[in-house]
Amino acid sequence: MFRGRRSRLVGMAYLAPAVIFVLVFTVYPLGQMVWMSFHNWSLITPPRWVGLGNYQRALADRQYWVSFLFTLKYTAIITPILIVGGYLLALLTVERSPLRRLTRTTVFIPVVIGLGVSSLLWYWLFSADFGPINKALMDLGIISKPVLWLGVDADRSNLAIIASVTWKVMGFGMILFVGAIQAVPTDITEASLVDGASYWQRVTRVILPLTLRSVLLVTLVSVIGSLLAFDQFYIMTAGQPQNETATSVFYIYLNSFPYLRLGYGAALSLILALTILAFTVVQLLLTRRSHA
Amino acid sequence: MTATVARRQRAGVVATRARARGRSGYLLGAVCVAICAVMLAPLVMSVLASVKPTAEAAASPPTYLPHGLSLDSYERLWTYQQGLPTYLFNSLGTALLAIAFTLALTVPAGYALARFEIPGKEVIFVVLLLALIVPYQALLTPMFLLFARVGLTNTLVGLAILHTAIQLPFSLYVLRNSLSAVPRELEEAAIVDGASSWQVLLRILVPATVPAIVTVALFAFIMSWNEFLGALVLMSRGSSFTLPLILAAARTETSLGGTDWGMLQAGVTISIIPCVLVYLLLQRYYVSGLMSGAVK
Repeated sequence: MFRGRRSRLVGMAYLAPAVIFVLVFTVYPLGQMVWMSFHNWSLITPPRWVGLGNYQRALADRQYWVSFLFTLKYTAIITPILIVGGYLLALLTVERSPLRRLTRTTVFIPVVIGLGVSSLLWYWLFSADFGPINKALMDLGIISKPVLWLGVDADRSNLAIIASVTWKVMGFGMILFVGAIQAVPTDITEASLVDGASYWQRVTRVILPLTLRSVLLVTLVSVIGSLLAFDQFYIMTAGQPQNETATSVFYIYLNSFPYLRLGYGAALSLILALTILAFTVVQLLLTRRSHA
Repeated sequence: MTATVARRQRAGVVATRARARGRSGYLLGAVCVAICAVMLAPLVMSVLASVKPTAEAAASPPTYLPHGLSLDSYERLWTYQQGLPTYLFNSLGTALLAIAFTLALTVPAGYALARFEIPGKEVIFVVLLLALIVPYQALLTPMFLLFARVGLTNTLVGLAILHTAIQLPFSLYVLRNSLSAVPRELEEAAIVDGASSWQVLLRILVPATVPAIVTVALFAFIMSWNEFLGALVLMSRGSSFTLPLILAAARTETSLGGTDWGMLQAGVTISIIPCVLVYLLLQRYYVSGLMSGAVK
């Protein structure tokens, strides 16, 4: 549209504020984080070069592994629930009827509220003595005395939190799957109807293969989000018992802020960032292909 | 000939399917109703808990439905610590600043990427999307140190800058695509008439990309209003807490009688209302934003 040297300068002027912003508030912190990860630094004493010391320390740090493995466990349990659940909800609500559309809208509502706020809501729902969940389970005769859901047993806390996060984010995958299923050409699905395929045959042989890329994409987004989990654990268990439910991000937060081990926190951040990077690269490749 | 057969066959199949749907339709309808009930129940319970009278809100075991209605919990929240107005102001102020910063940076940048010939444009675009690759959770310590040095911790501007950094890649991606898709004829006419590039942007491109701008503003608002970890790190002073922060702090309140459950749910209700309203009003922008930028 605009050509020539003068307009090139004008274009750069439009672009400059965003470029400067990203350099100052993303690239520079990233560089500083890498630098910090090679130092011991507590804010009180000046930084001291330790080379790869912080990384070696992580390998031998029991709590680092507890946090990492707990985060993996959380991710491994919640991801299939979100994907299968989201896909089934999409199949249910993709049909054009007012009730189905209302269901779609309703399932999506929790996606727009904050994870922190929904965790506060579920913190109360799961409260042992004051929460409606124990009350309902007791009234139904399923349990005889209140269950201590949160902060006493790591696995039980994990299940309670997974239930709350499933409620909160299942609609995200559903909406993207609805979009993908709607994009399947109708002549293909009609052709399979003529062939006498049952509904589930149509789903597994036609719709699912044609929406596989969306399934992969949503899986990756879910995995990345789960590996970065923090709010729900900080609010619902505060890492208890004994930091067994402190996720990777939670442990980075603990090291960086309350403990002021800035260098060690930075090394852990970098390890996490590289883990996420592997997933993100795959995700971006998939996104790019789906736009091409 | 074969086409006719196929068509007749298809009509038959569709009719069979309609009959099958009639039978299972009621069942699936019931499933839909049940799902809606499960999804709405926590929200409804929270609202109901927030309007229980003080004694009932603290009862163990809890009641399902309020036996009496009262705004006591909201009154306690109104004056809790620095008072609800302070926290609402902080949350809303941060969100509005984050929207303003995001649009001020990404509309011109998207314009530059969509319409100008700039050397190394593709590389610059990739660098600008960097934050998509680096999770902001990993950058909070250096951000905190930077903000502490220039006095931006405990300020709404500082938190809004962090939220802008989080939101910038998505916004730029959406706006660049949307601006690129505007047909060039109108602009060409305006340029022939002597319009400057700035006038072209404001008078032609911005009005033509209102849906994308609304989408970007909507996502920035919801992210900023709800964001927790960054606020937790940057805002240490009680008077600069956002709504999620003060509620998380109130959760662990252990003075006299433990957690104030009624007040907590009043706070949850107030936090949820703007998000749900904005979503119900602007649903199609929200969904189109998710579809176009499912990268984050």
